[in-house]
Amino acid sequence: MLQQIVFSIIVFYALWNAGKLYMRVRRNILLGKDEDLTDNPGKRWQNVMLVAFGQKKMFKRWIPAVLHLFIYVAFLMTQVELLEIFIDGFFGVHRFFAPYLGILYPIIISFIEILSVLAFIATIAFLARRNVLKIPRFHKSEMTWWPKLDANLILLGELTLLIGIFCMNGADVVLQKVDPEHYHPTGFFAISGWLGPLLFGWMNEGGLVIIERFGWWLHILTVLAFLNYLPISKHLHIMLAFPNTWYARLNSRGEMPNMPEVMNEVKSMMGLTPAADMAMDDELPEFGANDVTSLSWKNIMDAYTCTECGRCTSVCPANLTGKKLSPRKILMDIRDRAEEVGNKIDSEETRYLKADAKDKAYALTKDNFDDGKSLFDYITREELHACTTCNACVEACPVLINPLDPILRLRRYEILTESAGPQDWVPMFTSVENSGSVWQIPDDRDKWAKDAVGS
Amino acid sequence: MADVVAAGKNPEILFWVGCAGSYDARAQKVSIAFCKILNKAGIEYAILGKEESCTGDPARRAGNEFVFQMTALQNIETLNMYKVKKIVCTCPHCFNTLKNEYPALGGNYEVIHHTQFLQQLMEEGKISVQGGAFSGKKVTYHDSCYIGRVNGIYEVPRQLLEKLDNQLVEMERGKERGLCCGAGGAQMFKEDEPGDKRINIERTEEALDTGAEIIAANCPFCITMLQDGVKAKEKQDSVMVYDLSHRQ
Ligand code: SF4
Ligand code: SF4
Repeated sequence: MLQQIVFSIIVFYALWNAGKLYMRVRRNILLGKDEDLTDNPGKRWQNVMLVAFGQKKMFKRWIPAVLHLFIYVAFLMTQVELLEIFIDGFFGVHRFFAPYLGILYPIIISFIEILSVLAFIATIAFLARRNVLKIPRFHKSEMTWWPKLDANLILLGELTLLIGIFCMNGADVVLQKVDPEHYHPTGFFAISGWLGPLLFGWMNEGGLVIIERFGWWLHILTVLAFLNYLPISKHLHIMLAFPNTWYARLNSRGEMPNMPEVMNEVKSMMGLTPAADMAMDDELPEFGANDVTSLSWKNIMDAYTCTECGRCTSVCPANLTGKKLSPRKILMDIRDRAEEVGNKIDSEETRYLKADAKDKAYALTKDNFDDGKSLFDYITREELHACTTCNACVEACPVLINPLDPILRLRRYEILTESAGPQDWVPMFTSVENSGSVWQIPDDRDKWAKDAVGS
Repeated sequence: MADVVAAGKNPEILFWVGCAGSYDARAQKVSIAFCKILNKAGIEYAILGKEESCTGDPARRAGNEFVFQMTALQNIETLNMYKVKKIVCTCPHCFNTLKNEYPALGGNYEVIHHTQFLQQLMEEGKISVQGGAFSGKKVTYHDSCYIGRVNGIYEVPRQLLEKLDNQLVEMERGKERGLCCGAGGAQMFKEDEPGDKRINIERTEEALDTGAEIIAANCPFCITMLQDGVKAKEKQDSVMVYDLSHRQ
């Protein structure tokens, strides 16, 4: 009974706390601007099935794909076992599903166990890849102590989880022989069926019960800790990969989102539409993005979904040739800035109010927020200017993140709102505007054709 | 175009020449070669001539939406006035912008890249190729970002090359993984950001590693970049950079 009460308290507290953390992530994502991304649901579900469930894009690199698949399928399957732990924990029963599932029960558990062993091997391999083999994408400059620690913590957490499962099942198998009264025979488990007797066969009943409970608690506590750790970790992708692939932009990659404000103004300037009465308010309009609040919410969801795997950076032509740009860093910066803005809004301190809202008794929201900083404090111009818009990063990302989109939004801000940007571009702009060509050349545009006829 | 329409003709296609095709010495040769092919195939076509303006791709990607909208809306006015339906481009950037970005501004056309068009003509038997100077040579093909990764055209150019009975060798990074030449996103019009190496050099080295004597490409900017790369590697006498339509 005591165990049931302790269990319920821990579970409810952990879920409540996790709920709060996830709502914060949601709020931070919604710091971004609205963008409607719900067209063509058929295609969207297809993306979720193929890319998130099916791991399609992972299979561009076979070794990590197979290793990742083991961990991923083991993760999905253990949910069955987890559900049973919850029922057992709340109602003080033992292996609740066993009598109902009959012969299916040992088959399911065996399946989970085999996958767990594969996941165990994969986890060790991943730890080795990260820490022993010098795979360059894990050691770029943006991979500071925290991202590295984060990656290792999660892998160690996975090992703990697996140890929990095998202690629990292994001790249970032995107990089924010693005390069939309480530990009903469940049929043969593929791994613990022999590993259990091997490891714990020599113990007395008291020791076995302790091991069984230890494994059971270790399993559930690791899961709950994991749930609360995810929102501050790159491992949030195990949740966000699904919505993120669903909401991925479906338009052609080649299309930069149109800016109707600019289009309409240019149209009226060119006399194509009757001059719209542009009620120019005092504030100059802002174009593009300089902060998380002017990015699309999807850019921020991308940032929270990013697993920091660096596939994007490892194919980026700018990064490969030693430029400062790293698409992964762009995503990490957006996430860090979203966290910063979120925390400051939560602090409710009035010094973060916009100047014109200061004397009024407004609550701090994303609309009146101004801490004197912006994304440009995280991302330098040099990084933005190095991008060739080659889309290699977009192609590489296994969870359909688009690192190029925020880069272009920041470029728009720099050029349109700040009238800044590389000096080299100015002659090109002027030339396109005045003579309709990227180069200022006095010749007629069809001179080549006339020459060709002549020759 | 104006002349053709004045003569009461309604040409099947519009050849969109682009800034490079109009002004860049190398790309002009591609424009001329492509026109010759069209003539041979008996295709009625027109160009906009002085009425053509930059599609606006580099301005837009640099972030200058105003300049983009100005030139794009101008072009759309012209194209719609002539009731253009089908456009062929030799430049992947023009192709992408006309195809994917003009619809949102009110310009809807069927847009194809010249490699696709050449293949159609071959299938219809309107043109044919012989290996000629290319027979037996080792050729490697560089995927431009805007034809390859952005618009998903990988096989058509390769099939065209194979018709020239040469030996097609792939670079280490090809198709979806093809490395950029370094010109896109308006990089063509500015100095590189500080780094260890220029992107075109990295790509050229990769191309040279295949041992190919010819590097085939489909984009005037890639050609400039790779040609510069080949020069920098002092291989200009033994390795050629060609557009797919050229020298057919
Ligand atoms: S689109 Fe830009 S950021 Fe992405 S890989 Fe290409 S150069 Fe790098
Ligand atoms: S953006 Fe995608 S490819 Fe790049 S690090 Fe994040 S998850 Fe990996």
